[in-house]
Amino acid sequence: MDMQVAKKKLSLKEKYKLLTRDLGWDTTYHTKDEVFPYVQYEGIKIHDWDKWEDPFRLTMDSYWKYQAEKERKFYAIIDAHAQNNGHLNITDARYLSALKIFLQAISPGEYAAGKGFARMGREFPGVGTQVACQMQSIDEIRHAQTQIHALSNYNKFYNGFHAFADARDRMWYCTLPRSFFDDALSSGPFEFMIAIGFSFEYVLTNLLFVPFMSGAAYNGDMATVTFGFSAQSDEARHMTLGLECIKFMLEQDPANLPIVQGWIDKWFWRGFRLLGVVGTMMDYMLPKRVMSWREAWNIYGVENGGALFRDLARYGIRPPKGWDDAEKGIDHMSHQFMLALYQYNFGTAFHSWIPSEDEMEWLSKKYPETFDKYYRPRWAHLSKLKAAGTPFANMGLAKLCQTCQIPTVFTEPDDPTSICQRETEYKGEKYHFCSDGCQHIFENEPEKYIQAWLPMQQLFQAPINGDLGAWMNWVSLIPGKDNGDFDGSEDERNFAAWRQQATSNQ
Amino acid sequence: MQIDLRTVSIKQQRNTFDHLARRFGDKPASRYQEGSYDIQATENLHYRPTWDPDQLIYDASITKIVMADWYALKDPRQYFYNNYTLARARQQETAEANFSFVESRGLADMLPDELKQIALDVLVPLRHAAWGANMNNSFISGYGYAAIFTQACMFHAMDNLGIAQYLSRLGLLLGDQEALTEGKTAWLDDEAWQPMRRYIEDCLVVRDPFELFVAQNVALDGLLYPLVYERIVDGYLSAKGASAVAMLCQFMNDWFDETRKWVDAVMKVAAAESEHNRAILQEWTEKWSGRAAAAMLPVVRKALGADADEVVGEEVAAFKARLKKVGVDI
Amino acid sequence: MSTVFIALQANEDTRPIIDAIVQDNPTATVNRQPAMVKIDVPGSMTIKRETIEEHIGRAYDLQELQINLITLSGNVDEDEDSFTLRWNS
Repeated sequence: MDMQVAKKKLSLKEKYKLLTRDLGWDTTYHTKDEVFPYVQYEGIKIHDWDKWEDPFRLTMDSYWKYQAEKERKFYAIIDAHAQNNGHLNITDARYLSALKIFLQAISPGEYAAGKGFARMGREFPGVGTQVACQMQSIDEIRHAQTQIHALSNYNKFYNGFHAFADARDRMWYCTLPRSFFDDALSSGPFEFMIAIGFSFEYVLTNLLFVPFMSGAAYNGDMATVTFGFSAQSDEARHMTLGLECIKFMLEQDPANLPIVQGWIDKWFWRGFRLLGVVGTMMDYMLPKRVMSWREAWNIYGVENGGALFRDLARYGIRPPKGWDDAEKGIDHMSHQFMLALYQYNFGTAFHSWIPSEDEMEWLSKKYPETFDKYYRPRWAHLSKLKAAGTPFANMGLAKLCQTCQIPTVFTEPDDPTSICQRETEYKGEKYHFCSDGCQHIFENEPEKYIQAWLPMQQLFQAPINGDLGAWMNWVSLIPGKDNGDFDGSEDERNFAAWRQQATSNQ
Repeated sequence: MQIDLRTVSIKQQRNTFDHLARRFGDKPASRYQEGSYDIQATENLHYRPTWDPDQLIYDASITKIVMADWYALKDPRQYFYNNYTLARARQQETAEANFSFVESRGLADMLPDELKQIALDVLVPLRHAAWGANMNNSFISGYGYAAIFTQACMFHAMDNLGIAQYLSRLGLLLGDQEALTEGKTAWLDDEAWQPMRRYIEDCLVVRDPFELFVAQNVALDGLLYPLVYERIVDGYLSAKGASAVAMLCQFMNDWFDETRKWVDAVMKVAAAESEHNRAILQEWTEKWSGRAAAAMLPVVRKALGADADEVVGEEVAAFKARLKKVGVDI
Repeated sequence: MSTVFIALQANEDTRPIIDAIVQDNPTATVNRQPAMVKIDVPGSMTIKRETIEEHIGRAYDLQELQINLITLSGNVDEDEDSFTLRWNS
């Protein structure tokens, strides 16, 4: 038999280059501009797409293999969770509000991101970039689906989950994440990468998934922990894509710096506003807390974000413009957000509540500078009203920020006693904002942001015409079940009864 | 907290999510349904795309095909991420075993030179065509309407990439890196490959997602896979003793067999929707499949020589019969 | 100096990996949190295939890290022998 000459074993890098990068070619029957029509108009100059670095050199065979392993683990756990009434293991039914917000507000965003990355997987003229975007696209489909599947069993037993698809398009607070993702999807390919790949994935998702999911574990919710951490394992790839992309843009041409910096400023602030809701989930909605929003911010915002921006300083990048205002807001935002949610809880498809004395102690320990001084008195006041049988409901319509779409409930960065409100006149119309950051974003692209769909205005148009009942019907919110104070809710009653049944012999 | 593990019987409050109950009635939904239906935003879109202000972010009207409900385009395989990924992981294991079987037994070196050369000439340049298919499906997924259709297109795009990579590995195994270099040169310059490259490049400028679906997944793949993998690899090469090549191409054969059921289902439902759709699908299928057949001919000739015309003719007839079954008569 | 980190799910698969990381990066700090383990190292961290293989007693592909990875921070450089995270500042 002939001696087999062993073929030289290719290194991972060489193999990846041949199996991926080398697949592309320069088209000749159509110009590059015809094939990739959207990569010019944003003004980003790329001279050599081959300089793009792929940090995770996954070929499809490895992708299928490793992802299948993750999937098997995930579905085994959620099947067991459903079969064994795993929902009764959670610490307290209040925790469910965090999951309801997640399903209504975050999961549809995963799908939207997937759509965007499918487009980027086609629009960028470099194979390495395209493949990384395509893998992220299919991963994002995965995330939307695993989240829906993990939470599907909760929907069978608890209120507030059932209309997440309707809420996504119509609910007033869902317009916050919707406008964020719609903004990214309506941007050009490079801005999209900075919006989702860099700002959202790199700077902010750690805050969303890591401490919050650890919190889910702490609160006995294995289904959520599993989707959270399983999704996050893909995020490690996504974050790296975002970082490589920004380095690539900055290395290709010095003229890209001001454009990229502008997007970082914009998208950091957009993302920061969006994640305010996560702070509220962490500080108020996890019955057993792992860490405060402030502590999470210190680790993943200050420390990790700081490291990132020191690293990027060599390209001339400075930390985002809103960074200092963000820092000033950290000790306030979760409290302000929860107070707002409580006041408007007749219009939310999740419950909110007045924190217990015990929880207020925790909050005051975690927020020594702000909680006792500004927020405990407000909760005490709300408590008194509730005890008197006249719980406070703010039936006035919230003034929404034209950019981030959050009601203007946040305070001035340097004065926690006055609400921050900004106004800009454009073409004879007045527009309102919650912050300097949001006002600047509007002023840079007014023609975009005047298009924003504002749910409060919708209330007065057909088919609702100002009728609250008609509005609830339109957003598929069932009054007395989905909304209101947790105290006295059906979820509270059912959870207590089922748990009693599960832990006793009756 | 310790909970007694015995199953507690507690009263379920509802069977499924509202949007699924509206579609399928008040009963438990499958994971395919939960993960696929109505998960794309449909109302109150905020901003017009800066890349094309004439479009909406999700815009059903950028294709000529009109559907009352785009979620009618159900995937008969009912693939969502999980079962798709598990299916491919299994196929990947088989493909891996096949590659290592061929490699460890030195089967590549035992191939007669002439057959090996035909395999390289026909298969290696196709990795670029598969990359084109990947970009096209990424486009359809990105700009098509409704998750039920577009997720399947993304799965398809990743499959196209996987195939491009298997073809690259086949090239490396049979002819080392030079094989890939020569294959690329042929793709770019060899006259026989130019109609095919032109076809792919013409697809890259089509911006109607459904027309692109027809051009790539129906017309081109509908002829390319039977001709290359059934007729040339399984038929001609295997019969002459190069069954090692067939082993290396098993993924592609199985894949085409599986995915054509989805492609057919999409065409069938879209054509049955209206005479308007049917007429457009007929026009597109006719136009693109005619070109695809012409592009395949010189490629098939590389293996089958003078028989190529007849074989292509047979496969075109089979393709027409297939399309007729789904309501598209060309 | 900036800190790089990697967080892994806390399970049987990752126990030897974490041991290997600590062995190769003497300045590492291991934080155990509910369901996850986060390892911080000042400046840079290198994960070596060989060390993991010593701990698990079988061949290991560094891409297997993906399965249990939760998050990381720092610029990534990966080849078949090592996986490095680094801040350049």
